[in-house]
Amino acid sequence: MSDTIALSRRSFLVASMAGGAALTLDASVVLAAASAAAPADVLNAFVRINADNTVTIGAKNPEIGQGIKVMLPMLIADEMDLAWEQVRIEQTDANEKLYGVQTAGGSTATPRNWIPMRQVGAAAREMLVLAAAKKWGVHPATLSTAKGAVIQTTSGKSATYASLAKDAAAQTPPDLAKVTLKEPDGFQIIGTSKPGVDVPKIVKGDPLFGIDTRVPGMVHGAVVKCPAHGGTLASFDDAAVKAIPGVLAVVAVNSGFVPEGKADTLVIVADSWWKASKAREKLSVKWDNAAVTGFTTAKYEVDAAKLVAGPAQTNVFKAGDADAALAKAAKVVTADYEYPFLAHATLEPQNCTGLFKDGKLELWAPSQAPAGGRAETAKLCGLAPDDLTIHMTRIGGGFGRRLMNDYMVIAGQVAKAMPGKPVKVLFDRTDDFRHDFYRPAGWHRLTAGFGADGALTAFKDHFATFGTDGKPVRAAQMNPAEYPAQVVPNVDLGVSYMSTNLATGWLRAPSSNAMAFVFQSFLDEVAEAAGLDLPEFMRRTLGDARELPGERAKFHTGRARGVIDAVCKSAGWNGRQKGRGFGFYFCHLGYFAEVVDIAITDGALKVDKVWVAGDIGAHVINPLNAMNQAHGCVIEGLGQAMIGQKIVQEAGAITAENFGDFGLMRIDAAPREIAVEFVKTDFPPTGLGEPALPPVIPALANAIYTLTGKRHRRLPLELV
Amino acid sequence: MSVTLTVNGRKRAVDAEADKPLLWVLREDLDMPGTKFGCGAGLCGACTVHLDGEAVRSCQTPIADAAGKQVTTIEGVAMNDLGKRVVEAWTALDVPQCGYCQAGQIMSATALLKQNPKPTPEDIDGWMSGNICRCATYLRIRAAIRKAAGLPAEMADASALPVAENLA
Repeated sequence: MSDTIALSRRSFLVASMAGGAALTLDASVVLAAASAAAPADVLNAFVRINADNTVTIGAKNPEIGQGIKVMLPMLIADEMDLAWEQVRIEQTDANEKLYGVQTAGGSTATPRNWIPMRQVGAAAREMLVLAAAKKWGVHPATLSTAKGAVIQTTSGKSATYASLAKDAAAQTPPDLAKVTLKEPDGFQIIGTSKPGVDVPKIVKGDPLFGIDTRVPGMVHGAVVKCPAHGGTLASFDDAAVKAIPGVLAVVAVNSGFVPEGKADTLVIVADSWWKASKAREKLSVKWDNAAVTGFTTAKYEVDAAKLVAGPAQTNVFKAGDADAALAKAAKVVTADYEYPFLAHATLEPQNCTGLFKDGKLELWAPSQAPAGGRAETAKLCGLAPDDLTIHMTRIGGGFGRRLMNDYMVIAGQVAKAMPGKPVKVLFDRTDDFRHDFYRPAGWHRLTAGFGADGALTAFKDHFATFGTDGKPVRAAQMNPAEYPAQVVPNVDLGVSYMSTNLATGWLRAPSSNAMAFVFQSFLDEVAEAAGLDLPEFMRRTLGDARELPGERAKFHTGRARGVIDAVCKSAGWNGRQKGRGFGFYFCHLGYFAEVVDIAITDGALKVDKVWVAGDIGAHVINPLNAMNQAHGCVIEGLGQAMIGQKIVQEAGAITAENFGDFGLMRIDAAPREIAVEFVKTDFPPTGLGEPALPPVIPALANAIYTLTGKRHRRLPLELV
Repeated sequence: MSVTLTVNGRKRAVDAEADKPLLWVLREDLDMPGTKFGCGAGLCGACTVHLDGEAVRSCQTPIADAAGKQVTTIEGVAMNDLGKRVVEAWTALDVPQCGYCQAGQIMSATALLKQNPKPTPEDIDGWMSGNICRCATYLRIRAAIRKAAGLPAEMADASALPVAENLA
């Protein structure tokens, strides 16, 4: 349907973000003057009322499987007092001037949109009420709304939204900051389970995903990329390729990794992707890669061992004097932890379709961050950002991979080289594994000291990872408020960097997915040294309910304790028990505590059951989807630990070729049961795409320790 | 080469290289993009279709091998009762997250139930382990297969089902 586009083009409500930084959570939607071009039935950028009294709501964010395409419209629909059966949902285009931030990342969509989307719905409702009041010559305060109609109970008058739409659209839009929002006890849709809007299409195989994009006259591109990241194109011979019937062009492009004017990717364009892909065998290419072939996994491991043994290059947090406190400590615990580079391995390989025509570039992009893609693609194509139209497709898995826009940048340049020809560029699985933005590896040397009274007096970490000029590479940051840094008097969180040629990036629960393993596993060791189990150690160090300051977010010790107590109760936690482990983590504004039950039979590890207790505030907006997200987080975390996931580098290049080299968890290794509960607290709702993942990894490692007596301090876990 | 095959009950003729996989013939030549490309190596199951009733990885099936055969894809799986039951169970339990693997999951599940109408939990896990779900909807996949088979929900599946007591 073309309605999606119409929705944005015709709208007269302009949304914009205050600030706009990735972690800015306060959002505002600003009403602009009504456009004369707006059709009579469009109430704002997100809402159109149809003649049959159905209401079309625009879903503005990228849908990567997190369920946002249903969740954001639920907020609007509830405040509009619609019956859910009336609601029709359509994906909007990427247009941040119109819709505000459109990013799927950082579990930010819920906290960022909780108020603004409700305001949008409430504003639409108010305009409908005003229209009815005017029509009936009554005071608006005498009117109420329900199931898509305005009602005057005293007179029995009732009018459908459809019958009022034209008059409502003529109203001056209200100041969004002043619209009245529902009290939570009035919610009809928020907090109820709503299935995925695209599910009926998914089970029929309808074209929804980026890879399914079909534009008349479309041709197909397969990529040849410099195996060693950062290498550039020296020369190539495409005579044999171009001799293949159906091959149309070979285009050299810069995927954004190398300096402008250089190329790191060749795209073979043909009338079929299969043909373009096969033609790659006949392409002869020389790369300038001498500067980057020295980077190997083996070298990182040797260098990291040296780094953690020496003094830290810099500190992210210091309190008191950790070294002095350790010198005086009655007991000291120290251990080294490490984890590898990881790929995202979205099941839909990276792809994007572009059409360059009359100086304008149209893109069909499965991107988690289309605004970033717009800026980057415009720059490398020599176009103005407004020359780009970006259609948002459904996305076959994000996990952070598609916060980067290399596929969009590549497709844009190829399309520009072939004006008038729609081109779909598609990576194969090996391209996808070898040209990812990897979760960076890390090595930690941790030390904790106790005073004579048994209290934790000192905590030190020396974290070796990747960086340049004293700054971490993307996604290698350490949080200065990493627990227990805020509750120990003498702390030293030191960091040292080495260089890598690899592109790095955010993987679901970035940094937390690694730090939870390191810190909660080490704290299990510390707790044991103190004669405690980890939940009890956490309770004692958390202390009274209060908010602790943090660089990224405040940390509420009472909320942490709430989920710890809840999961212990559900799982029947009773001190250290064989085959059972615990982990807690706070990230993305969500508090999660998890218990894992395992068995090891003939050296084979089996996870029987996982208990999850989470606090994401006062409301779980769509419980049906919340359960699915929590399951996904838990199984993904277990997979990182159990299935041998590790990205290995040789001569500057990634060795993994396919799923045989980098496994994902399959159904036969998944737990039989995951019991999820939400602890509701009086805080605004926050996101659920990520925070349930990190604690399951240390919970698993801690469980293995209770069974085998062996501490597992390296990911992926090796049982033997 | 020119190949004739029957796709979802309809005779189709295509002209393609003999080694072109059935997956790409479906997606490119027959405009049926429901069957998904995931790995191109038979490792993820996203491209699963039925060839003369048997589940195969269409990325590993040269079009020449499909000549004269009956192909069922996700677009046509609900044309028979069993496929319809599977699709309905998938919908009722809201199985998908991103949804990309689910065509392959449904095709594998339907093939399982065809030859094993009342599978045990181990049968389900064993058969379905060739299909990766990167979003990890495995608990709901298990529950949906049981539902389509008319088996009672496992105790272990309770948390996978839409109505969770702790949210009531």
